[in-house]
This record gives sequence, structure tokens and C-alpha cells, in this order.
Amino acid sequence: MLKLEGVFGGYGGATVLRDVSFSAAAAEVTCVMGRNGVGKTTLMRAIMGLVRAEKGSIQLDRLEIANLPAHEVPRHGIGYVPQGRRLFGPLTVAENLEIGLMTRGRGHAVRESVLDLFPRLRERLGQVSATLSGGEQQMLAIARALCLEPKLLLLDEPTEGLQPSMIAAIRDVVVGLKAAGVAVVLVEQRVEAVLGMADRVAFMDHGQVVETVARQGLDAKSPLFRQYVGV
Amino acid sequence: MEGLVKAAVLALTAVGLSLVFGVMRVVNVAHGAFFMLGAVLAWTVAQYVPGDPMFGWFAALLIAPAIVAAIAATADTFVLKRLNYDPEATIVATIGLLYILEQAALSLFGPDAKPVPAPFNIRLQLPWFGYSGYKIFVVFAAVAVLLAVWWFMTRTRAGLVMRATQVDRQTARAFGINVDRVYAGVFALGAGLAAIAAVLLVPISQAHYLMGGDPLLLSFIVVIIGGLGSLRGTLVAALIIGLSDGVISMFWSPTLAKIIATAAVAMVLVFRPQGLFGARA
Ligand SMILES: Nc1ncnc2c1ncn2[C@@H]1O[C@H](COP(=O)(O)OP(=O)(O)OP(=O)(O)O)[C@@H](O)[C@H]1O
Ligand SMILES: [Mg+2]
Repeated sequence: MLKLEGVFGGYGGATVLRDVSFSAAAAEVTCVMGRNGVGKTTLMRAIMGLVRAEKGSIQLDRLEIANLPAHEVPRHGIGYVPQGRRLFGPLTVAENLEIGLMTRGRGHAVRESVLDLFPRLRERLGQVSATLSGGEQQMLAIARALCLEPKLLLLDEPTEGLQPSMIAAIRDVVVGLKAAGVAVVLVEQRVEAVLGMADRVAFMDHGQVVETVARQGLDAKSPLFRQYVGV
Repeated sequence: MEGLVKAAVLALTAVGLSLVFGVMRVVNVAHGAFFMLGAVLAWTVAQYVPGDPMFGWFAALLIAPAIVAAIAATADTFVLKRLNYDPEATIVATIGLLYILEQAALSLFGPDAKPVPAPFNIRLQLPWFGYSGYKIFVVFAAVAVLLAVWWFMTRTRAGLVMRATQVDRQTARAFGINVDRVYAGVFALGAGLAAIAAVLLVPISQAHYLMGGDPLLLSFIVVIIGGLGSLRGTLVAALIIGLSDGVISMFWSPTLAKIIATAAVAMVLVFRPQGLFGARA
């Protein structure tokens, strides 16, 4: 599904990603872990074309997307839930969803199925999204990305600052997407959440993916967590 | 009445400026030049359309803003986009654009003021005043255009895309929005509004290549008082400034009106820097 090889990229003069190779498969949850500032968000932004890959290749189903203009990347079916949600705050819930639907020209049916996943949003369609609670905002950020019916969904720390019931709800959504064949890339820092959802875990250090391990090879006491996440 | 006409035309011009600043974060110093261009082009179009002045003026109302919008979109693509919309560089660039447009108007159309006949000359005779029917028409036309802009921004997909881009252009890109195209469209729309305002005003005040200064200054005053990027604030401020400018100019002097408006800006900047309706940055 998604395959990065030898990707370099960063901001202005500062190179953040140094020779990143990474992949994600359909119907799998691939978690990305690593210390703060190691380049996880930058990796997501590079996939979306928001950070230019100066070198290397990014392929989605064998289509090279590294050189596409950023606004064309999501049209190939990549949904993005940015870190910190980045909703269109002054816009209503319905308008945020509308932006998601417009990305790939999806209509009423998709909107209804997304709202079925998040009934709390259905009750608040007219509410200005900045006034939603933190958990509701995260739901909306995910719903907005699902409105384009992605085959690949990137989630950047979606559980940051949420209470357990909200985290469980997000987990249910992720499990459902995986069952539907979506490739999910999840940046996540909490070990138990990773162990509960991941099929594979990619560890990042110094702007590189240094190790990718199958879920079976990991438990809460694995030294990899201590080494790369510091827990 | 003078004041209402001023307020109406000013509101149109200032909303254009406010839109460009709000969505693109570009301080468009050339906004007044787009206004001037609208007036001068209206005169040109009116020259070429024979018969009743009504035809010439209405043709101008359609053609002049379209040409100005096209020029603005071109300027956006070839100048502002190349500067990456850097806030300081674009100020310098639009100052340059202002001079280019003024000099172009001077060399193409000459230094004389050009009258454009009003499309009609009805006087509304009330018991104690006579009102020019055209001036009343200007007020209603401006209100209609403003309503159309409001409808466009809040009720159409293109307006939704513009508002989303205004909030967060990176995330807008991540949802398939072609930000370059949105910017070109917003810049064209802003310039087009200034041009519409100019076509409405030109039968009252004539077209001249230096006429852009006043509307630019007043628009800036309005946008600062109303709150940068707030359309509602811009409208309220345009009403206040336009009315007071009209009234004070008529009973005292235009200079006093400008002094008071500038003092009002200073007061707002000191006591409420985000503007009357602006959100705190
Ligand atoms: N817009 C930017 N301009 C310049 N440098 C940036 C920018 N965004 C991030 N960086 C730098 O890039 C590096 C990687 O940042 P990134 O956000 O990718 O880290 P992260 O792994 O997502 O961290 P966290 O766990 O805190 O979210 C950091 O050193 C950061 O300071
Ligand atoms: Mg991050």
C-alpha cells in the first residue's frame, strides 16, 4: 500500500528526516513510536506532501506521490488526522465534514455512514467546531478524514490528552477501519495502546525508522520501548 | 445622503481589502489602484458603447470589474505567489504594483479627469430635499453586492473553501484544496469589489489616475477599526467612517473628516488593537 524508500526532508535548511524507509499494508495497523522531536509528525507531513521529500521515493499502490502538489495527495485516498487536530475552528461541524467530503467528491451516503460512527457529532452539526470538547474535536478530526473514504489513514497522536472512554472509542474506530481493509498508520506514544492496536511497530530515532517489529515480538517489557520511547 | 453613498462605496472597497488580508494575510497597498482602474475602465467602456448612457454604464459595471479581477489574478500568480506570500515582501510588491498601475493608467488614459455620465438622472423630490435617484440607487446596489458577497462566503462551496484556507492553509491542502487557486480567486474577488465600488461611484466623482489614494486610506482605516479580517466589523466601521466622513466633509471640511478618522484609528490601536470586532490574535 504505502512504501517509503530513502526519504530525506525537513524545514528550510534543517533536515529532519534522514534516509527514512517505511511501509504500511492494507488491513493492518502500523504504529510509529519515538521520542519527542524525532520526526514522527514530519514523516506524516512528508507523506501528505506538506513537507517536500528532497530525496527518495514515496509510493502509494506503486504510484509515486513524492512529487505531487500537496493538494493532489489526499485525492489518491490518503486521510490525515494531524497532531493537535487542526480543525477549521470557526467553521461548524457540518462545514468541517463538508471539506472532507469535497476532497474526493463524496456525497450524502458517505457523510451518513461517518456520522453513524460518531453519533455525538450528529447532534452537534451546527456547532462551531472550536467550541467542541477536546474529545469531540478529536472525533471530528477523524470523521473529517474518513469523509474522503481513505484507503490509507494517517493518525498523529489522536489519543493525546483524552480520557480512557474516548481512547476506547477511537480504538474501536481503528479496529473497524482495519477490518474494512484500510491501511492505518498510527503515531502513538503509550505502550499499552500500541500493544492493543498494532500489527507492526516502527521505531524512530534521529530522523530514521531504525527498527520495525511485528506485534508478536513485543510485550510491555520489551527493551525497545525503553530504548526508543524512554518508558 | 452624501454620507450614505460614501459609506456604501467604502464598505464595498473595504470588504475587498479585508477579504484579501483575512484569507491571504496580504496587506494589499495596490487596492486603491484597482479601484482607480475600475473607474478608468468604466470610462473607457462607456466611450465605446453608443446610445443611452445607461447601456454604457451597465456594460462598464460588467466589464470593468471582470478585467480588474483578471489583472489581479495575474498579479497574484506572477508576483505574490513567487514571494510565497511573505507578509513584508508582499507589501513592497503591492506598492510596486500600485505605481505600475497608476503609471499605466496615466500613459494610456492621460492626466485629465474623465466624466462618466450617470445611467439615469431622476430626482426624487421630497418636500424639503431633492435626492438624486442615482445616489439612492448606488446605496441599494452596494447593499445588494454586499449581500451577495455574504451569501457567497457563507453559503457556497467556494466560500467555504476560502474560509477553510483562511483558518489553516496547510490543513486545507491536506484536504485537497488548491491553495494557489483559492488565493488567486480571493485576490481577484477583492480587486473586483473595489472595481465595482468605483464603477458605482464614477458617475458622481469622475475617473482620474490618482483617485485611488482616498479609498485606500479610508479602507485601511475601516479595516483597522473593524478588526483585521472581520467582515462584520468592516461593514460596521465602513458605515461609521463613511457617514461621518460625508457629514463632516459637507458641514466642515474634508480635511477635518480625515483627521478625525485617523484619530479614531489611533484610539482603536491604543485601546483595542484587535479592532472593534476582531478576535485577539
Ligand atoms: N515548521 C517547522 N519548522 C522548523 N522546524 C520544525 C518545524 N516543525 C518541526 N520542526 C522540527 O523538526 C523536528 C521534528 O519535529 P516533529 O514534529 O516531526 O517531531 P515529533 O516526533 O512529531 O515530536 P512530538 O512527539 O513532540 O510530536 C523537531 O526538531 C522540530 O523542532
Ligand atoms: Mg509529533
